[in-house]
Amino acid sequence: MAAVLDPSADKSGRKSGRSLAVAFAVMVALFAIAPFVAYPIFLMKALCFALFACAFNLLIGYVGLASFGHALFFGWASYVTAYAVKIWGLSPELAIVAGAATAAVLGLIVGSLAIRRQGIYFAMITLALSQMMYFFALQAKFTGGEDGIQGVPRGRLCGVFDLSNEMTMYVFVVVVVLAGFLLIYRIINSPFGEVLKAIRENEQRAISLGYAVDRYKLVAFVLSATLSGLAGSLKALVFQLASLTDVHWTMSGDVLLMTLLGGLGTVFGPVVGAFLVVAMQNYLAPFGQWVLVIQGAIFVVCVLAFRRGIVGEIARLLRVAL
Amino acid sequence: MFEIFGIPSQALFGQLLLGLINGSFYALLSLGLAVIFGMLNIINFAHGAQYMMGAFAAYLLLQHLGLNYWEALVIAPIVIGAIGIVIERLFLQHLRNLDPLYGLLLTFGLALIIEGLFRNAYGSSGQPYQVPPALQGGHNLGFMFLPNYRAWVIALSVVICFATWFAIERTRLGSYLRAATENPVLVRAFGINVPRMVTLTYGFGVALAALAGVMAAPIYNVSPQMGSDLIIVVFAVVVIGGMGSIMGAILTGFALGIVEGLTKVFYPEASNTVIFVIMAIVLLIRPAGLFGRRA
Repeated sequence: MAAVLDPSADKSGRKSGRSLAVAFAVMVALFAIAPFVAYPIFLMKALCFALFACAFNLLIGYVGLASFGHALFFGWASYVTAYAVKIWGLSPELAIVAGAATAAVLGLIVGSLAIRRQGIYFAMITLALSQMMYFFALQAKFTGGEDGIQGVPRGRLCGVFDLSNEMTMYVFVVVVVLAGFLLIYRIINSPFGEVLKAIRENEQRAISLGYAVDRYKLVAFVLSATLSGLAGSLKALVFQLASLTDVHWTMSGDVLLMTLLGGLGTVFGPVVGAFLVVAMQNYLAPFGQWVLVIQGAIFVVCVLAFRRGIVGEIARLLRVAL
Repeated sequence: MFEIFGIPSQALFGQLLLGLINGSFYALLSLGLAVIFGMLNIINFAHGAQYMMGAFAAYLLLQHLGLNYWEALVIAPIVIGAIGIVIERLFLQHLRNLDPLYGLLLTFGLALIIEGLFRNAYGSSGQPYQVPPALQGGHNLGFMFLPNYRAWVIALSVVICFATWFAIERTRLGSYLRAATENPVLVRAFGINVPRMVTLTYGFGVALAALAGVMAAPIYNVSPQMGSDLIIVVFAVVVIGGMGSIMGAILTGFALGIVEGLTKVFYPEASNTVIFVIMAIVLLIRPAGLFGRRA
């Protein structure tokens, strides 16, 4: 996995810094133009998933841990946020904090269980635990079962900005997603992030160098879960809905597909992958179950021929880090 | 009629029987997963989809060719197993030198494709499949009513599980298999065609899943999503048992089915989640699984 995963090996630090800055500027510019070209609600959905995929990539791309259960954090955070706004009447910013905090606690529990095993066992454990929490969501009263929590009011941000205005909401979503994106970038380029990459490349060696590998993995897991929760909380406000779809295992599959398609272990890959997959789900929706078939086919093609993903391939062709 | 712990015996043994039935499927499927994992070092995410294909094969053979349950019991595993061999040749063999994670991703993609295709063709609602005439009805054992078909499912899966265990642990072919699991290069040096053995092993594992699917067809509805929910539980079973041992996979499967059945009697709300809770506890106490060896 290591050789495939690292298209951005930092050989020329300054050059990679410049290409990343350019790519970031392009991304921000696109976000600024986009609402005048496409539906804001579609863009906000894609942005939420972009943050979700970036958070997921922090784990699979930089620590080499493949979680099949990230829907758990995304979905439960969205439930808590929706409930906090609708029933407790909390302001949107506090509700989002509550959602992300819930995801952090769940991440701590699930993470400390899952890191006890490596490799594919890790994937199976996260999947099983998220399925367990799916059944809790199905049976618990406060989640509204099959109906979910509907008609969640968006409220006023900090009591000032009215989020029921689409453009205000859009700006808010962009700001939160960019903040999350930059935080993840900061994490992977910190000394902590370097240790994570060392664990991905050679766990035994990292252990022999004296790193408490399990503790690093757990912190990375909790960070990833928290940011996934942040994305889920935002999504609850955007759609004014929290439902079983968000906690179902297919959601974990979706985020995996976005990250794989965009490029595992690339900075911008998950964003590109998220926009592509959300767009595809949007346009192919009338064709019913063919979406499932096409998604499956993308998985197969990516694994067989395209393991760097779109951004990873572009980065390789241009010989820059993206 | 009598009562045990305040539960009528009919209800208790009825749920126990249901638990054993579920356990039979857990055992058959986790056995297949363990066999495939041993040889290919891949977790076959498509196992649930292949189980579903087995059930659909039985349904389609009956609808279109008029072939009955007994014929389907033989034909479906062969056909689906052959499809498995094609999948191994086309896709999985190219992943041999990669991280096992990619095998999981690829088979996950295959599972999505298969489920999507069947949903397109047959919708999401289930198709009924009749219990074969020879196995209709049942016996009243006094303390419970035992439907013949369910007794047959349990008996057949015990026989198949034991036969597989015997073939792998006690025969010459099985010893080749185990040797190739330990050290494929050395076994190849002895003139044994390991890649072919790998292909056939995958085909066999898939055939086991398809056989379980045929057996499940008269009990559960034949539906495109019947495999995907089951496979997640089977993953938990595999984590609990550890994939190091064939007998471990079988025993864990049956035992967890029974535990689930008992949970339905005493605390029904937890019956969906009890296996996952047990998994969490096992991870805390014995991280390598009950029968697993530390990697």
